[in-house]
Amino acid sequence: MSALLALFWRDVRLAVRTGGGAGIGVLFFLIVVVLMPFAIGPDLALLARIGPAILWLGALLASLLTLDRLLAADHEDGSLDLILMAETPLELAVAAKAAAHWLTTGLPLVVATPLLGLFLNLDGRTGLAVALTLLAGTPALTFIGLIGAALSVTLRRGGLLLAVLVLPLTVPVLIFGVSASNAAIVGPLPFGTPFTILCALTLFSLVIGIFAAAAALRQGME
Amino acid sequence: MALIDLANPTRFVSLAERVLPWLIGATAIAFAVGLQQVYGAPDDYQQGATVKIMFIHVPSAWLSMLCWALMSAAALGTLVWRHPMADVAAKAAAPIGAAFTFLCLVTGSLWGRPMWGTYWVWDARLTSELVLLLMYLGLIALWRTVEDPSRASRAIAVLTLVGAINLPIIKFSVDWWNTLHQPASVFRIGGSTIDPSILVPLLVMALAFTLLFVTLHVAAMHNEILRRRVRTLMLLQAQAAPGSAT
Repeated sequence: MSALLALFWRDVRLAVRTGGGAGIGVLFFLIVVVLMPFAIGPDLALLARIGPAILWLGALLASLLTLDRLLAADHEDGSLDLILMAETPLELAVAAKAAAHWLTTGLPLVVATPLLGLFLNLDGRTGLAVALTLLAGTPALTFIGLIGAALSVTLRRGGLLLAVLVLPLTVPVLIFGVSASNAAIVGPLPFGTPFTILCALTLFSLVIGIFAAAAALRQGME
Repeated sequence: MALIDLANPTRFVSLAERVLPWLIGATAIAFAVGLQQVYGAPDDYQQGATVKIMFIHVPSAWLSMLCWALMSAAALGTLVWRHPMADVAAKAAAPIGAAFTFLCLVTGSLWGRPMWGTYWVWDARLTSELVLLLMYLGLIALWRTVEDPSRASRAIAVLTLVGAINLPIIKFSVDWWNTLHQPASVFRIGGSTIDPSILVPLLVMALAFTLLFVTLHVAAMHNEILRRRVRTLMLLQAQAAPGSAT
C-alpha cells in the first residue's frame, strides 16, 4: 500500500512541479471554448443550448492532450521497467498512476467548468450541473485513455494513433455526460437516470482500463 | 484435424491451398443461386426495386459484426494459448471486416437517399455501425504502426477484446441517445415479418456472403504467412550482406 501511495504522490509532485501538465490542459480547454463562439456566432440562446456539449467536447479533447505523457515519460527514463518488475501488482500500479493523472489534469478541468460556462451563457446552477457530470465522467476518460497510453507507449509515432484508438471508445461517456447535463438544464428526463449510467460507465472503465492497460504493458514491454 | 495441427504454418499453407479452390467454387455457386433468387424476388409495394439493395446491405452488416467476433476469438487464442495462427487470423480479418462495414454503410446510404430522402441520419444503427468502422480503422492503423508482427499481435489482441466489450455498450448507449431525440421512427425488421419470397433470397445471399468472407479470410491468412516468410528472408539476407555490422 505504501508503495502505491509513494507512486501516487510521486506522479502528483512530478505533474505539479515540472509544469506543462494541468495548467496547459486548462488553457487548452479555455481556448477550445473561446473558439466555439467564433465558429458558431455570438448567438447567446444557441450557445446556451449547445453549451454543455461544447464543455464536454472541450474537456474530452483536453484530457486527450495529456494522455501520451501518462506512461511515456516513465518509459523514457526507465522507471516503467522498475514498476513492471516490482512486487506490487501492475494493475494497482497503473491505477495509482491514472488516479494521480486524473487528480492533476482531470480535476482542474472540472473546477474550471463553471467559470467557462459563463462564456457560453450558462448560469451558475447550470454550470455546476455540467461540472458535476464532468466530475463523474472524466475519470472514465482517464481510464479509457490509460488503455491507449499503454498500447502506444512503446511506439515511436504513438501520439496521433492514441487519439484514434481512444476516441471511439469514449462515445458512450460523451453521450451520457451530455444527456445528463441537458437533463439538468431543460429536462424533461430526470437527471438521475443518465447520471447513474454515467457513474456506472466510470466504474466499468476503471475495471476494464486497469486490467487491459496492465496486459498491454506486459505484452508490449517484454 | 485438431486446432493444434494448424499451429504449423506450413501445414496451414498446404491445407489452405487445397481448400481454396473448393471455397471459391462454393462461393461462386452460392452467389449464382443467390443472385438468381434476388432477380426473381418481388419488388416491395412501396419501395419498388430499391428493396433489392437489402440483399447486399443486410449480409454486409451481419458480417461486419461476425468479423469482430472472429477477431475476438483470435485475440483470446493469441493471449491465452499463444496460438501462432491466431494473430495471423486476426490480422487478416481486420481489413475484410472494415471493407464489409464500409459496404454496409455505403449501400445503406444509397438506399436511404430514395427512401428517407437523405444519405445519412443520426439513427442509432447507423451511428453504431459508423463507430464500428472507426474502430476497425484504428485497429488497422495499429497493425501498420508496429513493425514486429508477433509483438503487435498481443497489443492488438488487448485492444480487440476491449472493443468487443465496448461494442455492445456503444450500441446500447447510442440506442438510448437516439430514443431521446427521435421518437419511434426507427426502422424495425423482425425476422418473422418478412415474407418468404424475400426471406429465402436474403438467407441465400447471407450464406453466399459468409462463404465469400471465409474464402477471402483463408486467402488473406495464406498471403500473410507468405509475407512474413518474405520478411524473415529479407532480414536474413540483410544480415548476411557484406558490409553489414555483425
